[in-house]
Amino acid sequence: MPDMDNSGILIYAQITREEYIHTVFFELADKAKELSQKLGGVDVNAVIFTRPNFVFNYKEAFENRGINKVYYFEDESFKNYNTEFYSKLIVNLARQVKPEIILVGATNEGRDLAPRISSALGTGLTADCTDLDINENGKLAATRPTFGGQLMATILCKTYPQMATVRPKVFKVNPEDMYVQTEFIKCPIGISLANDRYTLLDFKKTIENTINELDSAEIIVAGGKGLKNKEGFDMLKKFANKIGGTVAASRGAVEMGLAPSSIQVGQTGKTVSPKLYIACGISGAIQHTIGMTDSKHIIAINNDKNAQIFDIADTGIVGDAFEILPEFLNQ
Amino acid sequence: MKIALCIKQVPDTTDIKWTENNTLQREGVESVINPCDVYATELALKLKSQIQNSEITVFTMGPPQAEDMLRKVLALGCDNAVLISDRKFSGADTYATGITISGAIRRYLPDFDVIICGQFASDGDTAQTGPNIANFLDIPQVTFVKDLVEVQDHDSLTLTREMEDGIETVKIKLPALVCVLQQNFEPQRPLINGIMNASKKEVKVCTLDDIGYDAGKVGLKGSPTFVSKAFRNITNHNAQKFQLNTVDSVKLLKEKIETLGENENA
Repeated sequence: MPDMDNSGILIYAQITREEYIHTVFFELADKAKELSQKLGGVDVNAVIFTRPNFVFNYKEAFENRGINKVYYFEDESFKNYNTEFYSKLIVNLARQVKPEIILVGATNEGRDLAPRISSALGTGLTADCTDLDINENGKLAATRPTFGGQLMATILCKTYPQMATVRPKVFKVNPEDMYVQTEFIKCPIGISLANDRYTLLDFKKTIENTINELDSAEIIVAGGKGLKNKEGFDMLKKFANKIGGTVAASRGAVEMGLAPSSIQVGQTGKTVSPKLYIACGISGAIQHTIGMTDSKHIIAINNDKNAQIFDIADTGIVGDAFEILPEFLNQ
Repeated sequence: MKIALCIKQVPDTTDIKWTENNTLQREGVESVINPCDVYATELALKLKSQIQNSEITVFTMGPPQAEDMLRKVLALGCDNAVLISDRKFSGADTYATGITISGAIRRYLPDFDVIICGQFASDGDTAQTGPNIANFLDIPQVTFVKDLVEVQDHDSLTLTREMEDGIETVKIKLPALVCVLQQNFEPQRPLINGIMNASKKEVKVCTLDDIGYDAGKVGLKGSPTFVSKAFRNITNHNAQKFQLNTVDSVKLLKEKIETLGENENA
């Protein structure tokens, strides 16, 4: 039964540097629609920060995903995210509209913002959930990997709003049409935006297409600690080029400096679901596999026949990637 | 410059134990300093080396055994240590942890310029405690920090932070809180006289009475969230394992890549 004082689901609509709504918002919106049904059809609403008169550019996007109300804050300065302003304004909004659930995408921005909101509201927050559901008491049951991803824990919250973050690509966007007429509600700012506590001085784009490449890749070739050195990753890249794949890495490989964190797959990296995932020299700690277990077919190459990766692979090849990949490239 | 460094001891084992309250059983498990916190310590030491008369006070919340980790960090050049430890703190979620640590900082280093934390802990991996502390102390924060660009004593820090699409350079007014990412460089090792000095330094123990909060505000009681169940992850992939020579392994790999490619086109 939904709580009487707290009703509806509020989702943070993050705007990217290019002023698009971040895809994770749509993933959360579809999940929220599902949760809403289990709560007897409560509203699914969004909160967004934009430049003046810009929010209506997103009208169609919100309507097509079935968002009932969009609460928007407008200011010229909202072109750049600001932790303190955004969290204070969302806290004020939440105190007024009393959502029973607040969802935030677990992007770097979302991970920066959500704990500021939850702690200011005196409520709990469950980070990086891989599943959200409504339990028999009408409470949000948030499931996340814990303890280095070795266990899954379902977490409940005693207070309202119940808050959770979810990484991009964990939930799928439902192709179904969910059109509703969205009500746009302009929210008063009511706090001083004269800011000298935090200033963005500069931004250097370092990643052009990697994020999208991994998201849409049909074949991913991933390397782990077992690739040992730069030469190992160079070999992996050649292999990926030959079969039309995109390179990814495990946390272990990233920590060794073999690959940039932008291509890391796993609990603290990206979640991917290609048609074919080839894991080379990856031991298969759940920390990594949680980010790729939805791949259609998984091939694992590892010289340790007891490696955990073989438990979650479809095809396991016990052997040395340093022998198999060069031989493959020679043919 | 007065620097508060917040670090955490994490279990260094795959051996998971849960208490009957479904919280992690931490006692009797081998522990190490959380990997991100190693680099938080590096940033604190870097600030100290650049600003004269700086002092680093290390805070950790945990069982009495966490004193060993504090001694190691003192040996690297930190000056004071506070072990936030009380049975009443146990079972805390990130909210209650944030309240408790911010209370300890208020008590032992109220005039701090900067608080430095690791971005996330390798056990819980929530990345929440830092922002929670910043909220409770009402100071600005910078998360996902890579490196220090510039420091102005008692005034501001300029830092780089790693975002999904690139590197931001930001300037933050002090006092502020900074969450540091794990890096690739080799961290410092303590020198012999550092270890000698550390053994002489006092590790203060901070209990609930020292912070002066109501017991209902901390630990399991003060935590809005709780674990309702914990279970192992189950996979739907059916493992078929092949132990072949190199030539046959390559053949199998080729076959698989080709057949999966054909399915795609069908």
